[in-house]
Amino acid sequence: MYVAVKGGEAAIDQSVRLVAEARRGDASVPELTLQQIKQQLRLSVDRVMTEGSIYDPDLAALAIKQAAGDLVEAIFLLRAFRATLPRLGYTLAVDTASMQLQRRVSAIFKDLPGGQVLGPTYDYTQRLLDFSLAAQMGTVPICESAEAQMGTVPDASPVLELLDQEGLIERQAPAAGDPAPGDLTREPLRFPAERAVRLQNLARGDEGFLLAMGYSTQRGFAHGHPFAGEIRYGKVQVELVPEELGFPVAIGEIELTECQMVNQFAGSKTEPPQFTRGYGLVFGHCERKAMAMALVERALRAEELGEGVESPAQMQEFVLSHSDSLEASGFVQHLKLPHYVDFQAELELVRKMR
Amino acid sequence: MRDPHYAFAYLDERTKRMVRRALLKAVAIPGYQVPFGSREMPLPYGWGTGGIQVTASILGPKDVLKVIDQGADDTVNAVNIRRFFERTAGIATTERTREATILQTRHRIPETPLAERQIIVYQVPVPEPLQRLEPREAETRRMHALSDYGLMHVKLYEDIARYGHVSTTYDYPVLVNGRYVMAPSPIPKFDNPKIHMNPALQLFGAGREKRIYAVPPYTKVESLAFEDHPFEVQRWSRPCVLCGAVDSFLDEVVTDDRGGRMFVCSDTDYCGERRGRKAAA
Repeated sequence: MYVAVKGGEAAIDQSVRLVAEARRGDASVPELTLQQIKQQLRLSVDRVMTEGSIYDPDLAALAIKQAAGDLVEAIFLLRAFRATLPRLGYTLAVDTASMQLQRRVSAIFKDLPGGQVLGPTYDYTQRLLDFSLAAQMGTVPICESAEAQMGTVPDASPVLELLDQEGLIERQAPAAGDPAPGDLTREPLRFPAERAVRLQNLARGDEGFLLAMGYSTQRGFAHGHPFAGEIRYGKVQVELVPEELGFPVAIGEIELTECQMVNQFAGSKTEPPQFTRGYGLVFGHCERKAMAMALVERALRAEELGEGVESPAQMQEFVLSHSDSLEASGFVQHLKLPHYVDFQAELELVRKMR
Repeated sequence: MRDPHYAFAYLDERTKRMVRRALLKAVAIPGYQVPFGSREMPLPYGWGTGGIQVTASILGPKDVLKVIDQGADDTVNAVNIRRFFERTAGIATTERTREATILQTRHRIPETPLAERQIIVYQVPVPEPLQRLEPREAETRRMHALSDYGLMHVKLYEDIARYGHVSTTYDYPVLVNGRYVMAPSPIPKFDNPKIHMNPALQLFGAGREKRIYAVPPYTKVESLAFEDHPFEVQRWSRPCVLCGAVDSFLDEVVTDDRGGRMFVCSDTDYCGERRGRKAAA
């Protein structure tokens, strides 16, 4: 006789134990420390902080360890934790122009004040597997100039200011009255979404999704004609104005990567032909994400610039509703939850229709 | 035992208040989807985060909670959500429909009729009934505002023209209080009549889509249909093999690999109670 399947509870307990065991792997291999993750998997940490939308390398390292290196799962862990944190105050807008630069490149001018600074990049490494790393014999090269250079790039004002001096690029002044930007972590996304909200959504968006959407704009699905005006990576100060003091106090430093894309714009009845901007900003060193974000951000401005909205990357509802890895991963994977009541209903229908 | 590291029922009080405000608005405008500041929960989106946030926001220390998925208390996701509230709120839970003050459900409405003072919370994956017909939210919002439901009627009509009957079997759209077309969540259409004039308060939470809506007690809820093609629910030609019920939604259970099937109640509490009564008699 059929006995209803009981024991979901015991099965869950066992599964939790198994995942802990699988996470640890062979117990004779030393356990990972959070310091190791933070120091040696820094780009994972940066991605998890960016999409987890909280700047805390220690918590990000913990999330990566707990998720056994599954970054989307780690982002989920961090976001769920973040949702429980109180909002203590709002910092001033960070000033990326006064960033302590570790890297700064521009693709639109050969040389420029402050120069091109490659910094730590994989760009010119030649992707050959380095077997000395496998043997753990990788010696640590001491880069003599790095410390000396860090933060001492003289007069590295933003590249786009050079264009602005000639009035060739659109100005992005805050709206009249400098209204507070919307906050997606407190208010749901509504359409049409203003630019600040779109930027917040993209900053939290999945890197892979944005990469593909950005790529699509380079292959005829939207025409952005982008140039990498400037990419900069380094430290900025975070300042807060405590009410009782009334003046800004630096509360710490964070690392950011900023990408300013320069795009063509043919002009309109009221605007002369000029360049337009696409913007990307991420925590840490997530350069691929920052660039993809800037491409998509520009594509999403199609409507306000009077361009046709024809391609997926230009459609707000398409991009912003599907960019979040938590939402996408959760809903795709919810398909493995039991659906036998719905399926039963469909089964009856299909039998009836035959 | 309640985990002292988290607020009662996980969410902080200000977030709960925000959710309750959305709930009040939802009750005031039956069937209308109220946007709310849905939070990231420690369970994945699509797994009941909307229902969990609604339950967390209305839960008090004296409440008795029942959680079902597919009608059953012992399916893994129901177990997981029940344990989440045991852990974060330390409240009493039950598998008995009659004993619960709050029921959270995915995909079913219990067979045992609900009573006044009970609240049923539905987990909703897609709150927008028009989404499959029109994916743009800005458009569907306008359609709701104007009661422009022509698209939905055309869809139902085309089904009838093509198949002779409506081909929607679950999440079958309803008209609430003569005004808003609403997605009842993916319950089988068998359950739709139970939404109508139900004495319990019915709350719907969609976490990923960040919407809350409600059907207050004793509200008129009609399943969309045509005069010459009235709404019909699923029927089975046999009773439940375990309890003999002829009035409940049956799950088809595969018993062997030679085509053997048996049909049993999807509502485990209803089935168990009937079997208990038969054994006692």
